[in-house]
Amino acid sequence: MVTTEVTERSFYEKVLEATPRGEQLRICLECGNCSGICPFGYLMTYPPSRLIAMLRADRFNKVLETDTVWMCVSCYACTAVCPSKIPLTFGLMTSVKEELLLAGNVPPELQTALANSQRYGNPQGESPRKRADWAKDIRPEVTVMAQAKRPVDVLWFVGDYPSYHPRVQSTTKAVAKVLNALGVDFGILGPDESSDGDSQRLAGERGLFEILVGKNGKTFSKYQFNKIITTDPHAFNAIKNEYPQLGISYPVQHYTEYLTERLDQLKPLLKHEVKAKVTYHDPCYLGRANGVFDPPRTLLGAIPGVELVEMAHNHANSLCCGGGGGGMWLDGFQWEKAHVRMSDWRVREAMTSGANILAVACPYETPRFEDAVKSMNGGGQLIVRDIAELLAESIG
Amino acid sequence: MNVVALFKLVPDLVEELEIDQSGTALNTDFLRLIINELDDHAIEQAILLKERSGARMTVIGSDAEGADDVLYTAVAKGADQLIKLMGDPNAVINNHAMARATAIVLKELQPDLILTGVQAHNDLDGSIGPLVAEYLGMPYVGYVSGVNVQNGRIVVRKEYPGGLIAEMEVDLPAVVGIQSAEQPPRYVTVNKVRQAMKTAAIEERPLPALDVSGGAAIRRMFKPESATRAKMIEGSTEEVTARLLDIFKEIGAL
Ligand code: SF4
Ligand code: SF4
Repeated sequence: MVTTEVTERSFYEKVLEATPRGEQLRICLECGNCSGICPFGYLMTYPPSRLIAMLRADRFNKVLETDTVWMCVSCYACTAVCPSKIPLTFGLMTSVKEELLLAGNVPPELQTALANSQRYGNPQGESPRKRADWAKDIRPEVTVMAQAKRPVDVLWFVGDYPSYHPRVQSTTKAVAKVLNALGVDFGILGPDESSDGDSQRLAGERGLFEILVGKNGKTFSKYQFNKIITTDPHAFNAIKNEYPQLGISYPVQHYTEYLTERLDQLKPLLKHEVKAKVTYHDPCYLGRANGVFDPPRTLLGAIPGVELVEMAHNHANSLCCGGGGGGMWLDGFQWEKAHVRMSDWRVREAMTSGANILAVACPYETPRFEDAVKSMNGGGQLIVRDIAELLAESIG
Repeated sequence: MNVVALFKLVPDLVEELEIDQSGTALNTDFLRLIINELDDHAIEQAILLKERSGARMTVIGSDAEGADDVLYTAVAKGADQLIKLMGDPNAVINNHAMARATAIVLKELQPDLILTGVQAHNDLDGSIGPLVAEYLGMPYVGYVSGVNVQNGRIVVRKEYPGGLIAEMEVDLPAVVGIQSAEQPPRYVTVNKVRQAMKTAAIEERPLPALDVSGGAAIRRMFKPESATRAKMIEGSTEEVTARLLDIFKEIGAL
């Protein structure tokens, strides 16, 4: 039972405080675009437009009695289509999740991920000491900042899933291979690195986000480097847009941007043909939220043998894999409500496009799409690869 | 009604355990402590009781790295009083000593109900619940996964093997060993815990003198050692079965 009484005024103020342009909630047209485009809007008791209607009617306490806001995977689709430019994803939806968290209305699987992030600095509950274990066999050896005690050109923020997830580790190793092939002077933080915290923030745990940012900020300040790169669009989004608001500012690039800038050097290394029809999935936090659409396609186009085809939903219109905003930690909950996975829809589109490789650029996506492929009729034909893996394959 | 939840901190198994030079204790260099999972359930069950029947709730644990976090988190969840027993934290591997010392503090508090996890992975000399009950002269029920207050007594749900569940009435005061709370321990947000830190106070009490008798003395601590006792039987299915039957007869199983 939820007893917290939240009036429209106080909640409105919270959203105002927590988000830039929060006051824009007032100018919602109730056009319903947001709820229409929301991939799980049809399952939400209160999709964005109805949430705003409830706020206006001063009936927010009704919202707190429901749990379907947890279907929101912070995909940014509603924010992208809102004609009034209301910060729906990181404003409204995130603030509502914050209230649900405070009221104790949280699916247990999400609680575990949050508790793990707090204790171990990663949502999976892995040993922080083993954060750089993936790099053990990489030659030339990967520089771990705390041991090397020297400045580097590029600090690679590896991230949670790339560090620990067995499938994603192979992408991580591919990135190391590409960077080494290019002769990049890079270092990683290893056990010093904490989760970027972006998905925890978008799941409503602002305080936890601030702790994680504080830890990473302190770590960054210990070392000398010129820029940060990362394979994780969530980390990219956080370091680019959120960390500076907390006083931690560093130039950051997604690895696809970084490599595209070095295309002249990279191209001659791409010797082996990857003979395939490839379709590219725009990750929400690379594409829609941060406007990085071309570099991934440029890199794919540079691989000999690759024929690029687009899915029906592409660029800003891309479909979400379902992993954002806490979705990575809500699979069970969301399956119970939906009996379908967002990644199923995307994989079906990829199959329809005629591609034999589905290329991705986010660590959440490889395992999610591979799971969907396994469970789908005829899906076995489709191969899921991170762009970095295709580049490494072409380098040979 | 006064409800007390007892907790202890145990080595976190997410980090690999190492044995120190003495060969009788864990190397504490990389050791991190974490609340015993079942004690976390005991705290949750106490909070559920408080929410349902307005009990006053006290949480007690002994001083060790991480104890303050557990206490502040408990108050953010709804606990009323926090007590930290100050003293040698190494003593926690002797449950007899801890139970005797805790019983002295508990006598003063006069609780109606004491909840604690039914076991911990570093219990060497039995779990703490029955020992506390013995020293306080109270009844004990363990492996409980639900507690309700009814007419001045409690009704507990106790789990038995084979999927059997018993409901039993217990006179108060009593000690209950919790196997699991009625719901998983709740998550409280970082901001809520921070707020609790500002307003709540942890009462520090000296740990009464420890009487370690009855506890276990560690002679040697070691990781499971591999031995070669398995025998592979080779041959066709018939040969293997015949040999198996012989072995069963030899060892008297047939
Ligand atoms: S799209 Fe924007 S203006 Fe339209 S209903 Fe949603 S929030 Fe309101
Ligand atoms: S961010 Fe995505 S999932 Fe969340 S409400 Fe908006 S459209 Fe729906």
